[in-house]
Amino acid sequence: MFKARSFAAGAALVISTLASSHAFAASTLDAVKEKGHLQCGVTNGLPGFSQPDQDGNWTGIDVDTCRAVAAAVFGDAKAVEFTPLTAKERFTALQSGEIDMLSRNTTWTLTRDASLGLNFAGVNYYDGQGFLINKGIGVDDATQLSGATICIQSGTTTELNLSDYFRAKGMDFKPIVFDTSEQTVQGFSAGRCDVLTSDRSQLAALRSKLADPDSAKILPNTISKEPLGPVVRQGDDQWFNIVKWVLSVQINAEELGVTSANVDDMLKSDNPSIQRLLGTDGDMGSKLGLQEDFGYEVIKNVGNYGEMYARNVGPDTPLGLDRGINALWTDGGILYAPPVR
Amino acid sequence: MKKQTIESSPAGPRPWYDPRVRSIFFQIVAIALVAWGGWTLVDNTLSNMESRGISTGFGFLDESAGFAIIMHLVPYDATMSYGRTFWVGLTNTLLVSAMGIVAATILGFIIGVARLSNNWLVAKISLVYIEVIRNIPLLLQIFFWYFAVLSNLPSPRQSVDVGGAVFLNNRGLYLPEPLTQDGFGLVWAAIIIAIAAVAGLKIWARKRQLATGEIFPTFKVGVAILVLLPVVAYASAGQPLEWDIPALKGFNFGGGITLIPELAALWIALSLYTASFIAEIVRSGILSVSKGQTEAAKALGLPNGLSLRLVVIPQAMRVIIPPLTSQYLNLVKNSSLATAIGYPDLVAVFMGTTLNQTGQAVEVVAITMAVYLTISLLISLFMNIYNRAVAIKER
Repeated sequence: MFKARSFAAGAALVISTLASSHAFAASTLDAVKEKGHLQCGVTNGLPGFSQPDQDGNWTGIDVDTCRAVAAAVFGDAKAVEFTPLTAKERFTALQSGEIDMLSRNTTWTLTRDASLGLNFAGVNYYDGQGFLINKGIGVDDATQLSGATICIQSGTTTELNLSDYFRAKGMDFKPIVFDTSEQTVQGFSAGRCDVLTSDRSQLAALRSKLADPDSAKILPNTISKEPLGPVVRQGDDQWFNIVKWVLSVQINAEELGVTSANVDDMLKSDNPSIQRLLGTDGDMGSKLGLQEDFGYEVIKNVGNYGEMYARNVGPDTPLGLDRGINALWTDGGILYAPPVR
Repeated sequence: MKKQTIESSPAGPRPWYDPRVRSIFFQIVAIALVAWGGWTLVDNTLSNMESRGISTGFGFLDESAGFAIIMHLVPYDATMSYGRTFWVGLTNTLLVSAMGIVAATILGFIIGVARLSNNWLVAKISLVYIEVIRNIPLLLQIFFWYFAVLSNLPSPRQSVDVGGAVFLNNRGLYLPEPLTQDGFGLVWAAIIIAIAAVAGLKIWARKRQLATGEIFPTFKVGVAILVLLPVVAYASAGQPLEWDIPALKGFNFGGGITLIPELAALWIALSLYTASFIAEIVRSGILSVSKGQTEAAKALGLPNGLSLRLVVIPQAMRVIIPPLTSQYLNLVKNSSLATAIGYPDLVAVFMGTTLNQTGQAVEVVAITMAVYLTISLLISLFMNIYNRAVAIKER
């Protein structure tokens, strides 16, 4: 099954590259409007980021990032269809045009930016790689992990960071590489590995999936920088700008105190920043090729960044992640969006 | 004069009415179309990938890979190149395929023969085995052997201990590793001499049988030579072998040879699954030999074992070999399901991690497909050579 999927993705890439380059010169925005929905690539199940609930509705911070773009384009956050992808399939799916944007806790790196024909349109979660271990094993720090067997997901930056970290510390380890994060959890619970490594947010999510979450703990070490964000194809600057600025609008809205609850009142605000944000003044929308009130639609339908965070990964969710560095720059975090003007 | 010649020789049709010329012409056109199609495919792919800023070419094979692989038959560490990860993946694929082919063949022949047994219980057990195993998807069987068996094994600290040298836990099977010391060359020499001696013995015994009709117990004597000669050499060279015995260090056992559970699960699943198909092929092969052949062998006074070995099986092989070849090919291709349980085969390592870290899907997928094609064609070639050897010789 996995094999078939990868082959299919590869074949799709070959076939799509055969199509004349005119097809790709056409604007993604027009193509999305014509289809009537946004096709968005997400994970195949990661609590807090993208996971279907009991009723089959996708939820998560990555999912909301897609919905915000749909709200900006259509004024309707439901005009999205989701394509679940493994880490291995994600870039091929985007390159081949199978999806319009990728929002799948994907780390922004130079190689990915420069050699895959893709652009990262910002960061919707600042993460770092950590270790999940069984409490019974009696390890408090990652430097005690020499010789450990480690479960890991294939095709991630995590695989490289792990190798670098152990090499730098002069320790050895045995990697067990699985296709999906589900399988890494299975391997971890079956006792195949001592340690599960991934981005810290993912570890919190995966830990909540364990039969007994209290039996495992996350080590304090963070061994890498993992800025996660939405990705689009290179060569369509308009679409790149739309995805980038929808996220910026959400962050600016939090900074300006605009929420989905008060956005209708805020339409009457005489703060020029809020007026530009919601489209009551200026022509910010048409500069991007969108309706003037795209900012209003995003906040009304999906909410600002803070709401998105609290709803999906915040302290009141099973993941229980504090804002930490993902707080606004005004609150001691590093979240800082360029101004809407 | 000239006119006469034309009239006297039967005037052939004009070139465009000549069937021979026509057929050559259309073949050239067909080849040109295929070549043009292929070239357009490659050229379009390359230029479109370039226009979209996707890196192309095989330069990435020399870049440093930077990730670790749990099991490698060729030397490997994270500082080596992506090209090396290809060899690691390939050798792991070949290892599990070879192990699977050997085990599936042996098991398949045993079950196939058992299926025809006169013993009701043995025949029915084989029947149930075949019907159950071959009707469950292979991927499920791999998961079963991996997760069902894995979760029943103890953790490293509670390992099953066999004589303080062999350990079994959910991280794998740990065996002592023989380390050859100075003087082991003598043992190697003894092994080579023993093999040569057995080969000579076989030729001599056959000549003698043809001349006198007397049968020499080649098998028993051969085994004796193969075992005794190296043992004597080993003892006289002062036992030049030391054992690296696995020991619990920190998280896990270190030293010795490790058989990782991923390999074991994949091997077991592939072998059992393919054996069920091979068993049916063997049964059909044996049934294809007419009863008259067995009766004739009996009439000549051949005992059961000999009539099976000399009369039935050689004829059955003619029916068995061709479908057996496709089972071998299936097994090799099915080994790519390894990626589901994290066994580092070619698809998992090269078409998985390497593809992802480099993003060069077209090149990596093309290489991988070419490798499977090559392996399959090679197996076909060898099996066809073998098939020609056992096929009916028409004189």
